[in-house]
Amino acid sequence: MTTATRADLNVKELESRAKSIRRSIVESTTAAGSGHPTSSLSGVEIATALYFAGVLRYDPKKPRWPERDRFILSKGHGAPLLYAALAEAGYFPKSDLLTLRKLGSPLEGHPNMRRLPGVEASTGSLGQGLSIGIGVALAARLDNLDARVYVMTGDGEIDQGQVWEAVMAAHKFKLDNLTLIVDQNGYQQTGATAEVLDLKPLAPKFEAFGWCAQEINGHELSDVLAALEKARNTKGRPSAIVARTIKGYPIQEILGSDPNHHGKPLTKEEAAKALAILR
Amino acid sequence: MKLGKSVREAFGLALAQLGEADPNIVVVDGDVHNSTRTDYFAKKFPERFFNVGIAESNMVGIAGGLASSGKRVWAASFAAFIMCNAYDQLRMSVAFPGLDVKVVGTHAGISIGEDGPSQMGIEDVSLACSLPGFTVVVPADEPSTYKAVQALASIRTPAYLRAGRPNVPVVYENGCDFHLGKAIMLRPGKDVTLIANGLLVAAALEAADQLKGKGIDARVLDMHTVKPLDDAAVLAAARENGRIVVAEEHLLHGGLGSAVALSAGRQHPVPMRFVALVDTFAESGKPEELLAKYGLTAKEIVKAALSLN
Repeated sequence: MTTATRADLNVKELESRAKSIRRSIVESTTAAGSGHPTSSLSGVEIATALYFAGVLRYDPKKPRWPERDRFILSKGHGAPLLYAALAEAGYFPKSDLLTLRKLGSPLEGHPNMRRLPGVEASTGSLGQGLSIGIGVALAARLDNLDARVYVMTGDGEIDQGQVWEAVMAAHKFKLDNLTLIVDQNGYQQTGATAEVLDLKPLAPKFEAFGWCAQEINGHELSDVLAALEKARNTKGRPSAIVARTIKGYPIQEILGSDPNHHGKPLTKEEAAKALAILR
Repeated sequence: MKLGKSVREAFGLALAQLGEADPNIVVVDGDVHNSTRTDYFAKKFPERFFNVGIAESNMVGIAGGLASSGKRVWAASFAAFIMCNAYDQLRMSVAFPGLDVKVVGTHAGISIGEDGPSQMGIEDVSLACSLPGFTVVVPADEPSTYKAVQALASIRTPAYLRAGRPNVPVVYENGCDFHLGKAIMLRPGKDVTLIANGLLVAAALEAADQLKGKGIDARVLDMHTVKPLDDAAVLAAARENGRIVVAEEHLLHGGLGSAVALSAGRQHPVPMRFVALVDTFAESGKPEELLAKYGLTAKEIVKAALSLN
């Protein structure tokens, strides 16, 4: 029940949403003094496409609406991205974003579905979101709902064996109402995924497991939208979208020589520079 | 006491009955349905039964997802595998969001026998009790298992049900007044209280008989619910008898004995003894041989009670 539909899609408007979400990520994590801004920034176009281009059907006034589509952020450390998108969508006032990680705030360090409407799964222990998504997709099928489930993982997260258990199960159950989006920013906590545990070739792995797999530029909104459209039209099997992204995009330059910058908030000075770029 | 069905068998039959009453009930399986006896449910309701393969972590995550969409989920596997392999998933995908998933661990304890320690859940109760918000139930026999399954189906919060492999004596031949969190006094007594659950309830009754011959009047409590524990029953036992023996087919640390000791210690400390598996794995062997070797018998309960005098 989003207001926008594919027909009146305005790319400029989406870009402006994406910028707004990015500003929220920087502001909230800098105010918190901790968190994972760079891991959040890499997924912004994906979240923007889902929430503001008529892909997800949702109603902020009825967060438990049974027929809603679900977005499950499996990479729970990207919570600032989820919170920014939810605030942008009207689930709660944007001013709440500045309570991120503070005592009493439902905007915890990692998403807690019991405390914040719009959060579909409590995540943060990596590797669990796709399994949860399978459960939701199976329930939708049992209830004859055409609800769709979108799960976003990181690429480092895919190290977890549970992800591959889930990849096999989603194929077994022919869950064409389930789409996995891998925010492939190329880094995990201690270094490049290629060095920690190389996933290459990733998209062919999903294909080998019987999924429909696509590889896209995850910062190109039109690519993201086309991939989501193809996933929706794929029948009889689940879809994986491997979205190549840049950790910290597009403010990575101001974060110095460390391309990872994992789990560190921007300083006030860095945040000011970032916000200038994101104006 | 005559021999009845195993707790897992009774669970499976009760679950299949539940499925008829409530179309929202679904079952997930890690390819052991003919051992956990969820196959009774699977045959009746194939569309609501999901065998995800030998993958307990994914199984529990799927259970969480189904429950978050309003399904009432039962997730069953061997106690050792569902509790130990999928503990993080139980923690994050079930307990933390507080979802309606009933976790069933079969082949619990050392009485599974010949298959040996890799298959024996001996720490499952401890692990389940450590999950915030979980109710933890260890039924003694077939009739009380039917009641336990119905009682667990009546609550909307997560729970763990422990189920053994072998056929077990029928403790409740004339029915069982079962309420979650409420101990059942099987025998009144004024000298010592024997608190047991699961397989050790029948042993405690046998021990009470033997103690009677020695002039000791033992109270016997079936403490089927380990969490929330019946603190009132523990307090009454401590106050009125002054001596408590706890017996369970589980590791000493973190099981029923720990829970009762915590309760008594907080309310009314009294001398206690514990019949349990003490800081060890077991081994392969016949169930009765193992129970004798590792001291989980009526004889050991009697010894423990006598040592309190």
